[in-house]
Amino acid sequence: MGEVIEASTTDFVAQCYELYQIPPLGSLVKTKDEQLELYGIVYNAATTSLEPGRRPIARGKDETTEEEIYRTSPQLLKLLKSEFGVVVVGHRQDGKLYHYLPPTPARIHSFVYLCTPAEVMEFSQSFDFLNMLINAHLPIPAEELIAASLRQMSQAYEDRHAFLVAAGKELAILLSGNLNQLKAILGGIRG
Amino acid sequence: MTQENQRLGIVVSGSLGKGVEVRLDSSASVEDMVVGRFVTIEGQKRRFFGMITDISLGVTDPSLTVVPPDVSDPFIAEVIAGTSTFGTLHVSPSLVISGDAATMLEGPQPVKTIPSHFSEVRLASQRDVELVFGTEDEKRFFIGTPLDMETKVCLNLEELVKRSNGVFGKSGTGKTFLTRLLLIGMLQKGTAVNLVFDMHSEYGWESRDERGRRVKALKQLFSSQVAVFTLDEESSRRRKVSTDFVVRIGYDEIEPEDIALLRQTLNLTELAVEAVYQLSGRFGKSWLQDTLNLKGTDGLPEDFKIHESTLQNLQRGLATIGRLPFLVSDAPDNAVKRILEYLERGINVILEFGRYTDITAYILVANLLTRRIHARYREGMERAIGEATAPPRPLVITIEEAHRFLNPEVASQTIFGTIAREMRKYNVTLLVVDQRPSGIDSEVMSQMGTKITCLLDDERDVDSVLTGVPNKGELKSVLSKLESKQQALIFGHAVPVAVVVRTREYGSAQSYKDFIPKEAEKDIEKLWE
Repeated sequence: MGEVIEASTTDFVAQCYELYQIPPLGSLVKTKDEQLELYGIVYNAATTSLEPGRRPIARGKDETTEEEIYRTSPQLLKLLKSEFGVVVVGHRQDGKLYHYLPPTPARIHSFVYLCTPAEVMEFSQSFDFLNMLINAHLPIPAEELIAASLRQMSQAYEDRHAFLVAAGKELAILLSGNLNQLKAILGGIRG
Repeated sequence: MTQENQRLGIVVSGSLGKGVEVRLDSSASVEDMVVGRFVTIEGQKRRFFGMITDISLGVTDPSLTVVPPDVSDPFIAEVIAGTSTFGTLHVSPSLVISGDAATMLEGPQPVKTIPSHFSEVRLASQRDVELVFGTEDEKRFFIGTPLDMETKVCLNLEELVKRSNGVFGKSGTGKTFLTRLLLIGMLQKGTAVNLVFDMHSEYGWESRDERGRRVKALKQLFSSQVAVFTLDEESSRRRKVSTDFVVRIGYDEIEPEDIALLRQTLNLTELAVEAVYQLSGRFGKSWLQDTLNLKGTDGLPEDFKIHESTLQNLQRGLATIGRLPFLVSDAPDNAVKRILEYLERGINVILEFGRYTDITAYILVANLLTRRIHARYREGMERAIGEATAPPRPLVITIEEAHRFLNPEVASQTIFGTIAREMRKYNVTLLVVDQRPSGIDSEVMSQMGTKITCLLDDERDVDSVLTGVPNKGELKSVLSKLESKQQALIFGHAVPVAVVVRTREYGSAQSYKDFIPKEAEKDIEKLWE
C-alpha cells in the first residue's frame, strides 16, 4: 500500500502508491526487512504537492463534478502525493511479537502493508502499546489517536464490546492520574 | 452470586496485628461480598485462612469522587468498575492451613505471619472449611453452616465443656434455640452432664416458638437421659409435662449467703444482711423460721445489736421469700441429694420454674442448689485426686439471666462467680445465657472459653462480649451486622477461628431425627408425627 520514505526509531513516514489510498487513522500497519517486522499505528496523513514550492490551484470552475477535474487533468495524479505518518509500537523478531521499540528503525523503501484482522487480533492481545501511544509526542492529541486505534482494532473482533471494555480498563489504570484524558478517550470509543 | 473458590482479588497491604487489605478484582462485585465470609489467601509458601471483617470502596483518583463519571452509560460504568473505582476487603487471616511442616502434622495452625504482597485471595472452598472445622464425630457437634455455604461448622464439645461458656444475644435472636442445640450436642456426645435452671420452662418439654410452632425439647428427644424437675407442679401438669421430681426446699436449707445474694432484689440494707449472719449463728438451722416469728427486737437475746428498723427491713425481705410456695418449713425430700443422684447416674436434670419466673425465686433456688452441688463436686474431685478414683462427670450448669448472678457487685460472692473463675478444675462449668452481657463482671467474661453471640446492638454489650479477643475491632463490625434470626458469631476455645454460622435447623421433624442416634430411633418414632 505504500513505501517508507522517512524513518526514525519511533516513527516513519510512508508514501502511498496511489493518491488518496491512505490507511484510516489509527489502523495497524506493518513493514518488514530481512530480520524485523515493524508494527505501527497510523497517526497522521497528508496529501500535498510533489514539489514543496508548488501549490495546487483551484481547477473546478468549468467542471461539473470533482471526478471531471481529475479526468480532464490526468497529470494531477502524478503531481500530488499522499503520505502517512506511522508511530512504531512494536516489532516481530524471530517469529516473536514484542510490544516495544525495535532495535533498528525501518529501512527506506520498505513496503508498508495494512495488517489483516488476524494480525490485529494477535497484536492486540496485549495493551502495552497504549502506554506508548500515551507517551508519544505526536502532532495530534494522544486521546484522539488512542480512541481511533481502538475503534479500528475492535473491528477485528466479533465481540467489540468486550474488547473495548478490556482496553478501557487498561486505560483507566494507565490514566489513573489523568481523569480528563481518560474521559475523552472513553467518550471516543464507547459508540 | 459468587461461586465457590472464585478469585476475589489480591492482597495489597496489611499487618499481622490489623489484618490485610485486599483489592477486589473487577470481576468480583463488591456487593456480593459479605462480612463473616471465609476466604483463603494463597501466599507464596503458605495458605492462609481468614474471614472478611470489613468492606470498603476506593478510588485511584480523588477527583473521581468530586466529579463522578457518567455511569449511566453502561460502557463507562463497566470500564470504571474495578479500575479507577474498586472495592477493598479487610481480611483478618487467622490460620495457616497448609504449607509448613506443623500444619501438615497437626492441622491448621494460628497465624504468625501474613501473606506476601499481591497474594491471591479466593473464597474458601467447602474443603477448606471442613479442614478447619473438622467433621462431625464423637467429639464434634454440628452447630450450623457458615454463611452461603453448605459445609458443617462443628464445635469441639470436649473442649467446650472444659471452660465456662456464654450464649448472648438480644431478646428474640435465638438464644434459647442455640442453647437447646448446645444441650442436645452435649447429650448426644455424652461429654458432660447438664443441670439446667430453666427459668421459662423451655428446655425440658415442648414450648412454642415465635411463629407459634410447637417445638420439642430435650425430654421428648432423649427421654431416658433427661429428668425434668419442677418447682411448680401445677404448671407442669397443665402443660402435660412428665416430671420426675417436685422440688421442695425447706426453710432450714436456706443459708445466710443465699440471702446476701438477694440483697438487691429483696431491697435489704447492708445492716440487715449483717444481721442475718448473726441470727443464723445464734438460731442455727431454724434461723429463718425463728426470725420470721420474732415480734420486734424484744424477742432477741440482749447481746444482739440489731436495730428495730433493720429487723423490720429484714423481716419484710424474708417474708417475700417465705411466701414462695415451694419453700416449706419442712421439706419431704432433699432436692440437692436427688439432683446429685441423677447427675451421678449421668442423667441430665432440667429444673423448671413454672410460674415462679420472678427473679427472687430464680436466684434463690439456683444459688442454693448450685452451692451444694458445687461442694459435692469439690469433695468428689479431691477424693479422686487422693484415692485415684474416677473424677466426677463433667457438669455443665446452665443459667439464664446470668447478669443477675454475675454482676460486678455480687460476682465475688455468688457461687456462680466462683465457678466461672475456677471451677474448671473441679469439672464444673457454666453455660451462661444472657441478653445483657455488659451487666456481667468483666473478670467472669474474660474467663469464658467459648462465646456464642447472636445479634447485639448496645455498644456496651458488644464491648463486653468481645473483651479479651485479639481482633476486637474487626469482630465488632461482624457482630453488629448479624441477622436477627438464626445467625450467631462463635469464637473462643471450641472453634479454631471466629465464625459466623447460620444455626442448624431446629424444630422440624427431620431436625429431630438428625439429633437422635440411630438405634434409639424406634422408641421415639411417634414423636415425629
